[in-house]
Amino acid sequence: MLRFVARRTLFAIGVIWFVVTAVFVLFFAVPHDPARLIAGRQATPATVAAVAHNLWLDRPLPERYWHFLQSLLHGDLTSYRNNENVFRLIGNAVPVDISLAVGAAILWIVGGVGLGMVAARWPRRIADRISTITSLLFFSIPAFVVGLAFLYLLFYLPGIQGIHWFPPPGYVPLSKGVLPWAHALVLPWISLALSNIAIYSRLTRSSLLDVLGQEYIKTARAKGLSERTVVTKHAFRAALTPLVTQLGVDIATTFSGVILIEQVFGLNGLGRLAVQSLVGQDLPVIIGTAVVAAAFIVVLNLIVDILYAAVDPRITLS
Amino acid sequence: MPEEALGTAPWDDAASGALREQAPWGRAWRRLRRDWTAWVALIVILAVVALAVSAGLLEHITGHSATDPNLETGTDFRGQPLPPGTNGYLLGTDNLGRDVLVRVAFGARSSLLVGLVASAIAMVIGVVTGVAAGYFKGWVDGVLGRVIDVVLSFPYLLVALVLAAVFGANVFIAVLVIAGFSWGPVARVIRGTTLSLREREFVTAAKAVGASRVRIMFLEIMPNLLSIIIVLTTLLIPLAVMFEASLAYLGLGDPPPAPSWGNMLYDASSISGYGAWWFLLSPAIALAATTVAFNVLGDSLRDALDPAMDRLVAPR
Repeated sequence: MLRFVARRTLFAIGVIWFVVTAVFVLFFAVPHDPARLIAGRQATPATVAAVAHNLWLDRPLPERYWHFLQSLLHGDLTSYRNNENVFRLIGNAVPVDISLAVGAAILWIVGGVGLGMVAARWPRRIADRISTITSLLFFSIPAFVVGLAFLYLLFYLPGIQGIHWFPPPGYVPLSKGVLPWAHALVLPWISLALSNIAIYSRLTRSSLLDVLGQEYIKTARAKGLSERTVVTKHAFRAALTPLVTQLGVDIATTFSGVILIEQVFGLNGLGRLAVQSLVGQDLPVIIGTAVVAAAFIVVLNLIVDILYAAVDPRITLS
Repeated sequence: MPEEALGTAPWDDAASGALREQAPWGRAWRRLRRDWTAWVALIVILAVVALAVSAGLLEHITGHSATDPNLETGTDFRGQPLPPGTNGYLLGTDNLGRDVLVRVAFGARSSLLVGLVASAIAMVIGVVTGVAAGYFKGWVDGVLGRVIDVVLSFPYLLVALVLAAVFGANVFIAVLVIAGFSWGPVARVIRGTTLSLREREFVTAAKAVGASRVRIMFLEIMPNLLSIIIVLTTLLIPLAVMFEASLAYLGLGDPPPAPSWGNMLYDASSISGYGAWWFLLSPAIALAATTVAFNVLGDSLRDALDPAMDRLVAPR
C-alpha cells in the first residue's frame, strides 16, 4: 500500500510541475510581449517597461522560470487591479467552491444512489421508468441552463408577486449561520446535482443489477437474509467500485460545473474570480487560480485513486 | 464499466437464430425503423439544421439584423424588450431590440458548426489513437492511457480560461478545447474494440498475406469500427454543443455581438433582460431540444447497432 501511495504521489507532483511549467510557457514564453499583455492594451511604454522589469523579463529564460517557481512557492503574486495578494483573493474564494461542490456532491450521491437502489430493487416499475426518462433529460441539459430556469421560476417570478422563497443570488458565509448559508445555496446545489443524480442513479442501478445476479448473492438469500440486508450489506459494497470510478471522473466535470453555476447565481468563487480577471486582463490572478485549481484537482484525484484501491479488493497495491 | 442503455430494451431478438443469419446493417435498420423516438429526434435535428441553414434568409426576409442594436423599433417606450408577436417579432426582441428568432437561428448555425467541427476533430484523433493503442498494446497503450487519464482529470473550463487569457477569447479556442477534451473517451471505446478485433481471424489472415501494420489498422480494422464511430459521433455532437454553449455563456467564445445560444443566455440573465422570459426561453429550448434530440438518436443508434457500448462522459 505504501509503495502504491508513494508512486501515485510522485506522479501527482509530476503533473503539478507540468501544469506550472505549461502555465509559465503559455504566459511568458509564447506571447511576443508578455509585459504588454499583462500591463493591458492602454498601458504607456513606461508602465510596460516597469512591468517587464517586475516580471524579470530582462533576465534570461531559465532565471525567469526559477523566479516564477519561487514566487508561486512563496505565495508572492500580486493582482494588477487592486494590488492584492492573489493567494489571499483565492483564499477568500475557495470556501464558496467547497460549499458548492461538497453540498452538491452529498445531494447527488445520496439522491442518485438512493434512486438507483430503488430502481434496481424493483426494476421496470414506476421509479425505474421515471429515473430512466428524467436521467436522459438532465443528462442532456447543461446545469447552468437548469440554474437559470430555477432562478427565473423560483426567484424572479415569485419576487414580482412579493413572495421571497429564496434570498437574492449571492454567497452567505457559513459564519452567518448554517441555515442562511444553506438557504442561499439550495438552488445552486440542486442545479449542480441534477445531472449527476441522473448519471449516478443509472450507474447504481446497472451495477447493482449486475451484482445481484451473482452466486454469492444467491447464497446470502439462501441463508435466509432479508432482501434489505442482501441489497444494502452484501450487494452494495461490490456495486460501489464503478461509483468511485465515476466520482474520480466527476472531479473535473464538477469543477467546470461549479464555475458555470457560480456565474449563474453570482457566487464569488474561483470561477468568477478567474472570469472577472479575464475581463479585466488581470493575468496574475488567472495564473494563480489556474495553478491552485490544478493542484487541488490533482490532489483530489490522488485521494480518489487511493480510495479506489481501498474499495476494490481486486486491485493489488504494489 | 458497463452502463446499460437508457432507451429501449436492447437485444430483444438477439437470441433468435433467424435474425442472426442476416447482415448486421439490415438488422440494425429494421430495429431502428420501429423506434419512433429515433424518428422524433431526427425530425427535431432536421428542424434545427433547417433553422441554421435559413438563418441568413430569415435575416433578409424580416429585415432584422442579427447583430446590430435596434433600440428604436425593437424596444418599447421604456426601452424594454418586446414580447413575442409584437411588431413582427415572432419570438420577441432582446435587450438591444434585436430579433430573438433571427439570433436563435444564427445561434443554431454557430452551435452546429462548432459541434460538428469539434466532434470531427475529436473523432479523428480519438479513432487514430484508439486503434493505435489497441493494436500495438504495450507501452504505446500505457502512455496513451495515462495521457487520457491526465487530460480528463482537468476541467475543460479552466483550460479554456487560461487559453482565452493568453490568446483572447474566440471560437477557434472553443473548438480546440472541446476537441481536446472529447477525444479521450472516444479513444478508450475504440481501443477496447480494437483489442478484441485484432485477435480475429481476418486480421491473422491479413498478417499471413504480409499486409503492413498500417494497412491492417486502416483497411482491415477501421471498417469494422464504422458502426461504433457513427454512434460515438452522434453522442459526441450534443456534448460539443453543450460545451460551446457553456463557453459562450462565460464569454469564452466569439465576443459579442456574435449570436450564440450561450451568449444569448448570458444576455438574458443579465439584469436588463431578466424580466423578458422569451429572451431566456428561446435559446434555452433551442439548446435543450438539440442536445436531447442528438442524445436520443445516439441512444437509439447504439441500441440498434451496438448495444454493448459504454456511454460518454458529459459536461455539467
